[in-house]
Amino acid sequence: MIGELGHFCLIVALMLSLAQGVLALAGAQQGRAAWMAVAQPAAQGQFLFVAIAFALLTAAFVNNDFSLLVVAQHSNTQLPTPYRVAAVWGSHEGSMLLWVLMLAVWGIAVSMFSRRLPAPFVARVLGVMGLLAAGFLGFLLFTSNPFTRLLPAAAEGRDLNPLLQDPGMVIHPPMLYMGYVGFSVAFAFAIAALLSGRLDATWARWSRPWTTVAWMFLTLGIAIGSWWAYYELGWGGWWFWDPVENASFLPWLVGTALIHSLAVTEKRGAFRSWTVLLAIFAFSFSLLGTFLVRSGVLTSVHAFATDPKRGIYILGFLVAVVGGSLTLFAVRAPKVGLGGRFSTVSRESLLLGNNVLLAVAAASVLLGTLYPLLLDALELGKISVGPPYFEAVFVPLMAPAVFLMGVGPLARWKDAPVPDLAKRLRWALVAAAVAAGVSLASGGSLLSSFGVLLAAWVAGTTLVAVLERTRNLQGSYLSRLARLPRLLPRGEWGMLMAHFGVGVFIFGVTMVKTWEAEKDVKMQPGDTATLGGYSFRMESIGEYTGPNYLGLRAVVQISRDGKEVTTMHPEKRLYTAQGMPMTEAGINTGFTRDLYVSIGENIGGDAFAVRLQVKPFVDWIWGGALLMALGGLLAATDRRYRTARQEKRAAARDALAAGAQA
Amino acid sequence: MKQLLTLIMALVIAAAGMASAQAQTQAAPQEAPTIAADPALEQRVNKIGEELRCLVCQNQTITDSHAGLAVDLKNQIREQLQAGRSEKQIIEFMVERYGDFVLYRPPMKATTILLWAGPFVLLGIAIAGAAMVVRRRRDLTAGATPLTEAQRQKAAQLLQDEPETRS
Repeated sequence: MIGELGHFCLIVALMLSLAQGVLALAGAQQGRAAWMAVAQPAAQGQFLFVAIAFALLTAAFVNNDFSLLVVAQHSNTQLPTPYRVAAVWGSHEGSMLLWVLMLAVWGIAVSMFSRRLPAPFVARVLGVMGLLAAGFLGFLLFTSNPFTRLLPAAAEGRDLNPLLQDPGMVIHPPMLYMGYVGFSVAFAFAIAALLSGRLDATWARWSRPWTTVAWMFLTLGIAIGSWWAYYELGWGGWWFWDPVENASFLPWLVGTALIHSLAVTEKRGAFRSWTVLLAIFAFSFSLLGTFLVRSGVLTSVHAFATDPKRGIYILGFLVAVVGGSLTLFAVRAPKVGLGGRFSTVSRESLLLGNNVLLAVAAASVLLGTLYPLLLDALELGKISVGPPYFEAVFVPLMAPAVFLMGVGPLARWKDAPVPDLAKRLRWALVAAAVAAGVSLASGGSLLSSFGVLLAAWVAGTTLVAVLERTRNLQGSYLSRLARLPRLLPRGEWGMLMAHFGVGVFIFGVTMVKTWEAEKDVKMQPGDTATLGGYSFRMESIGEYTGPNYLGLRAVVQISRDGKEVTTMHPEKRLYTAQGMPMTEAGINTGFTRDLYVSIGENIGGDAFAVRLQVKPFVDWIWGGALLMALGGLLAATDRRYRTARQEKRAAARDALAAGAQA
Repeated sequence: MKQLLTLIMALVIAAAGMASAQAQTQAAPQEAPTIAADPALEQRVNKIGEELRCLVCQNQTITDSHAGLAVDLKNQIREQLQAGRSEKQIIEFMVERYGDFVLYRPPMKATTILLWAGPFVLLGIAIAGAAMVVRRRRDLTAGATPLTEAQRQKAAQLLQDEPETRS
């Protein structure tokens, strides 16, 4: 019954989304208020029915309803309940349902928070989102129905992939999808702006907070995924340039460019067509990522050819979305004006530089990800494109972007004379040079010291930007600092925090790449090994039985200079349903370092191969990402997005810009 | 401001110092034996292994993988290093045996020119494009096309309603 009800809800949601798409867009085009008025209730109804379908599927997982195919394939009676919930998106069908649910969440959010916007504009935004939802609901119903029955029902399920039985699985996919799908709002705003011909500062203002929130979720989603890989895969890596990772990184890079380009469009009315193009591409890359991950094309071009139904559907959808929006762009964009004048060095030109570098970086990651597929499909040979390629290409592109990132926030709009900038930034430059010198002196390589230089540059320039604001204040240092939080609007704090996060991230990456120490030792209870000044003593190792696995757990005591630091419990597990072994590393997290212990194979008797690692500043990698996301949150909640007066000012700017082009 | 910068610098210096201090290992009595007979050799093995794909795994390097094939290949690398062969020779040996697919750093050849040159060609085009954009905007003389009186009044009035705050 649950299955049929869920299936029915999805069909209703598809009907509603079609109505939302077709009526709202046609109504806006012909100025029919009654048709446009369908959009909001349709978006809300669509959310309701998708949410019911999702809840029903979740209930089926929690209650072990093995008469549903996806439940039988991805769950098990022994599976702990939180993972049964997470198993909902552990399957292809369920993860697509999560995709659709997220799209519905964004749709209802737009319908609720856009009351102040002109009705035809909101109708167009919701109409575009309705068509996107229809596309994905169709994909679910026609190729990937999560409610397909398995009759007769299985007695026991095949269990969730043990790699996915982790708290990371509970939170990573929803965050990532919130980000992925969130760019659909930026996309819908861009298409609505093209359709209505109001590609202006007002449009940029409206879409900025949505884009920033989506970007924030994507940042968090990627960071959580990376952290999860770090502790779950058991050997301490955190980014592999895997095609699936690249698929989420591409929209992030384009989304980052979009956030910056939107700033110029809002403040100065410039780069409008470029901003629209970025909005189209940010979402197109989200779709492309979905296609790459979901069509099976990544594992093998030939796997795609054997069951092409899903791949063809998404590819068709992708072509329709990208082709349609680019055609619309080609028709409408030339009518867009240039915007304000600016000189060779100005905040505009610096942001343009940032956009160029981010766009080229995104294109390079795309090239590296697709190239092996392309060669294979053309039968020109099989190659692998891995970390050495991406690092060789990505680092030289990002380094100048980071340099510009330090200058940008201090540069004025329109014109920022270089001597003035140099004077204001000289201390940051000195700090960066000194930090690099220290790194070289303590034995860091050139590349590593360059990383330290960039990190210090970012920290220094952020500090300069903050301190410059206190200059005109009266009173002591402390009282000036105390007044600081209210001195800048949240948007600016957000920007500075996110930029600082990039510096923290770079520092973490540089430190861990340069100074990490690792050692494979043979240990049995009573043995001690030393690494990086820490002493690891294996106290005991013993078997135990987990809920759905057999475990082997060691107790490792760690001390430094004779003082006890912590006790770790690294494990090896054998998941019974799929007979799959897993390593659960023991990790001690610290501000300046992580200690990482993983148990390998048995080497006779009680002795095991044990890998010990000391990873300096590794948590700064995710700390930096968290700061970026927090910065996004601050910027998106700036009060100027909630007040009506800003609308007027943007309108004034548009009037001026229109006059300048007349 | 200078004091604060000095403080930050000191912090960075201290942090870098800590990291390097941590990396120096100390000898201790009754140390558990390393798996590898020769840790320095093992480091070279791992470095080469990081460039090579474990062909039976889902996108893992030989160094990271514990699969049978990866272990075999690591042994193979170790033996060849002991026999005095260079890193380059070992990688050539692997390519001969498994093809280009084993290399995570694709070789430079006719079919991969686009892959290696692509990013830099794109960068060149993008920079040229950006330079054109900047030049066009720079040469826009401010107010070359004056506003009509009505437009100017409307804009002025809108702006006057709310004085521009710093943002």
